[in-house]
Amino acid sequence: MPIDFPTLNVMALAPELVVIITAVVVMLFDMFVADKRVMGYVSLLGLAGAALVSLFLFGDAPAIQNMAVSDGYSLVLNLVFIVTAALSILVALGYLADRDIHYGEYYTLILFSTAGMMLMGAATDLIVVFLGLEIMSIGLYILAAFNRRQAASGEAGLKYFILGAFASAFFLYGVALLYGATGTTNLQAIGDWFTPERGNMGDPLALTGLGLLIIGFAFKVAAVPFQWWTPDVYHGAPTSVTAFMSVGAKAAGFAALIRILMISFGQVFTVDWQIAVAVLAVITMTGGNIAALAQKDVKRMLAYSSIAHAGYILVGVVPGTMAGVNGVLFYLMAYAFMNIGAFAVISVLEQREAIGTDLSSYAGLSKYKPFLALAMGLFMFSLTGIPPFVGFWGKLYVFRAAVEANMSWLAIVGMVNSAISAFYYLSVVVQMYMRTPDGDEILETDSPSAVINLPAPVTVALAVTVTATIILGVWPTPLVNLASFGLFG
Amino acid sequence: MSFLLSTLLIIPLVGVALLVLIPRENTGLLKWTAFVTTLINFAVSLPLYFNFRNTADYQFEEFAAWIPALNINYHIGIDGLSLFLVLLTTFLSAVAVLSSFSAISEQVKEYMALLLLLETAMLGVFVSLDLFLFYLFWEASLIPMALLIGRWGGKRRIYASVKFIIYTMAGSALMLVAALVVYIWGGTSDLPTLLNTLELPANLQFWLFFAFALAFSVKVPLFPLHTWLPAAHVEAPTAGSVILAGVLLKMGTYGFMRFAIPLFPAAVPAWTPLLTTLAIIGIIYGALVALAQDDAKKLVAYSSVAHMGFIVLGIFSGGQQGMSGAVVQMVNHGLSTGMLFFLVGVLYEQTHTRMFQDYGGIWLKVPVFGVFFIMAALSSVGLPGMNGFVGEFVILLGTFKVNWVAAAFGTFGIVLAAWYLLTAVRKLLFGPFNPANDSLRDMNGREILIAVSLVVLFFVIGLFPNLLFQKINPATAELVERTNTATLVVDAGK
Repeated sequence: MPIDFPTLNVMALAPELVVIITAVVVMLFDMFVADKRVMGYVSLLGLAGAALVSLFLFGDAPAIQNMAVSDGYSLVLNLVFIVTAALSILVALGYLADRDIHYGEYYTLILFSTAGMMLMGAATDLIVVFLGLEIMSIGLYILAAFNRRQAASGEAGLKYFILGAFASAFFLYGVALLYGATGTTNLQAIGDWFTPERGNMGDPLALTGLGLLIIGFAFKVAAVPFQWWTPDVYHGAPTSVTAFMSVGAKAAGFAALIRILMISFGQVFTVDWQIAVAVLAVITMTGGNIAALAQKDVKRMLAYSSIAHAGYILVGVVPGTMAGVNGVLFYLMAYAFMNIGAFAVISVLEQREAIGTDLSSYAGLSKYKPFLALAMGLFMFSLTGIPPFVGFWGKLYVFRAAVEANMSWLAIVGMVNSAISAFYYLSVVVQMYMRTPDGDEILETDSPSAVINLPAPVTVALAVTVTATIILGVWPTPLVNLASFGLFG
Repeated sequence: MSFLLSTLLIIPLVGVALLVLIPRENTGLLKWTAFVTTLINFAVSLPLYFNFRNTADYQFEEFAAWIPALNINYHIGIDGLSLFLVLLTTFLSAVAVLSSFSAISEQVKEYMALLLLLETAMLGVFVSLDLFLFYLFWEASLIPMALLIGRWGGKRRIYASVKFIIYTMAGSALMLVAALVVYIWGGTSDLPTLLNTLELPANLQFWLFFAFALAFSVKVPLFPLHTWLPAAHVEAPTAGSVILAGVLLKMGTYGFMRFAIPLFPAAVPAWTPLLTTLAIIGIIYGALVALAQDDAKKLVAYSSVAHMGFIVLGIFSGGQQGMSGAVVQMVNHGLSTGMLFFLVGVLYEQTHTRMFQDYGGIWLKVPVFGVFFIMAALSSVGLPGMNGFVGEFVILLGTFKVNWVAAAFGTFGIVLAAWYLLTAVRKLLFGPFNPANDSLRDMNGREILIAVSLVVLFFVIGLFPNLLFQKINPATAELVERTNTATLVVDAGK
């Protein structure tokens, strides 16, 4: 009796498979290799391979059984995730040794999380979205708790796990309701179900499902009022993990959310829903910025700022147009460079016997670590949205989408929020450049440069992020073109 | 297509690259490299004047695709409005660098690099013919200025620097959204194209003008958005004040003439009464507060508020005379106030105080300084024969034709200016000699060189104003015609 094997177009998932295979290789060889940094370099190689495969797949858009597709959108997002993972691994290579964390599993988990993120970007079925969501999240839960000697890290992991589980539950409940209403979990099929002829446009079951989906995603991307986990988790987790989470998890959440909104709910996402998401964007931006104003700890401040940036990205989601998607993709790429760069600097300064993450300890940094201070200053300006850095273009792009969709008020709120955010980003610059170092024991007796060492991988990460921030800020065309590849339908 | 303007933008950046390579201990080489860079930039900008045709079109235009996917392009060029502002920028940058030679001893490398970056940003503002390119340079000038104030400034420098940057950013926030609206309505951000093709409904023009005007009013500064100015000017190092007063303030008035008025001409009649009133309040209020000052630098700062009020008055007089006078006065104010700040800085370097009570009768010790200070004060007052008179008189002529009350207040403002400036002269130079100033030395060769070059310009502009007006008038004539045609259309539609 012949068995009918379904045709599985494995090529469609090739990038994810490369990453997963690398993760398994790292996991296995971790047992035999003593210097765990080798695992980090192997992971980087694997990520490079995945990037090459992604570039190779451009233009084909192979799909696998209506479950996932590697079209321009998912491939551009793959690049975002890979760059994020690579930069955060570079940061980790320097950071982990200082924290006395010698586990190769770290890199395995990063790679698995990346694979989960890539799957979320490629998914065309709600179950696959959930699959990717869980693969990503579980890796991140463990990574957040990775610093076993610090209670804060364990607290971060546990908080993230519990609240993330709630988020996943909301999401799954939404999927269940949608399935109950439409009879399918395929995104395109759901989109086809919402037709005026069938009179389904206002179906309460399906729309409740949509609402729950949005809530689930809002948890993951840390939108207000679902952001309560973010400051503690970002603060407690190891800094290299925070760098990875703040960009990757957000990007993955937005990736899936946009695809679902545009394909499944394209017809339904009209003014009412747009206003709802716009309100979400406004309170996220404002809440994140205002909370960040009060922070005295740089890491916590960046955590709240990343909440605010989720708000800016939501501004790009609101119009529901391709221009908005373009803006979001560009912003995610710009944000990856800026934010990971900032966390890289923090990871260097957080070293034991050095500065820690308290804002006042950054005083006078420009005097004895000029390049580090310059890099941090550039990232702060870029995050505020001051030209000529790449962050400005990101904001311009998403606000353009809003104005184009006749929602100029949203852009105005966004710009006002940018001005508010200048306060706390500038406070870092003020500390570094305009204050003189006090008579602190560390700074007085030994030369601080002896205490703060800049590991080579972190230098590479900083070089990449600083170059990207400046060059792409002056000439954003390559990034614009890349973002335009990531459109679908 | 000549590359002169791009060269002007790039030379300071080359200077920054050179500065990075020079070791930071070699402060002498750093200072001279920076100065030579600015001097070369000034020399390169001179052909702009001599090769400028006296027409209203954009000259020395350059166009390069920047972000083709978004139709945002690198389009730069100058016309009568911006020609002299470019020259003013290159000239004052050289003056600023030269005046910092003995004033700055710490982190000279960063200081000079920031001054050069600031020069590129300012030049970029004046030559940009693309909305987003303009916004980029506009905001980019904030960072070097804020760092200059905050790192090398006086006691309250952090407060002044943060206030400066937040105020200006908040003011410009709406401008970006307005620029986006214009961009989406017009399909492009290219200014010349927009001027030819853009058709906006009148009430939209009203609000867009407001958004742009807000940003520019903070920069000018127009009462009541001026409170950042005294703090920033007082706390900034001398060169910072020279550049801030000399060039940065002009970016606001230039923005009005280049973007707000031509793009939204139908809104101009609606906003003119308010802006004229605020300008006059600025003139009188600035003068009265300056009268009350004990701090020399603060007095000059408030005099800036007053003088910029004159320029805004001229811009919104609605006539060509007022506008041409405003452009000339922009140059004049840059030179006069730049010189005043420079001279106060010369004294401050030696005595580390700016309070009038610490001075008095120093004419005996520093006669050369005294002569230059009196000349700067008289130029600022507007004594005929010097540059200030030319600008102010033409502005008042233009304003009198449309609004004699405003002109009357403006003239009164000149009287007040004479009052507070001559009072400053008296308090500093004359009166009983304060023995604390016994060791004051007169100006050295470098300082005299700066002062003489400024004074020469005072008299050249004051005696031969047509050298400027012949280049400016065609552009302002076209600007006025644009505004009047639009007003006619709006009136006809009523």
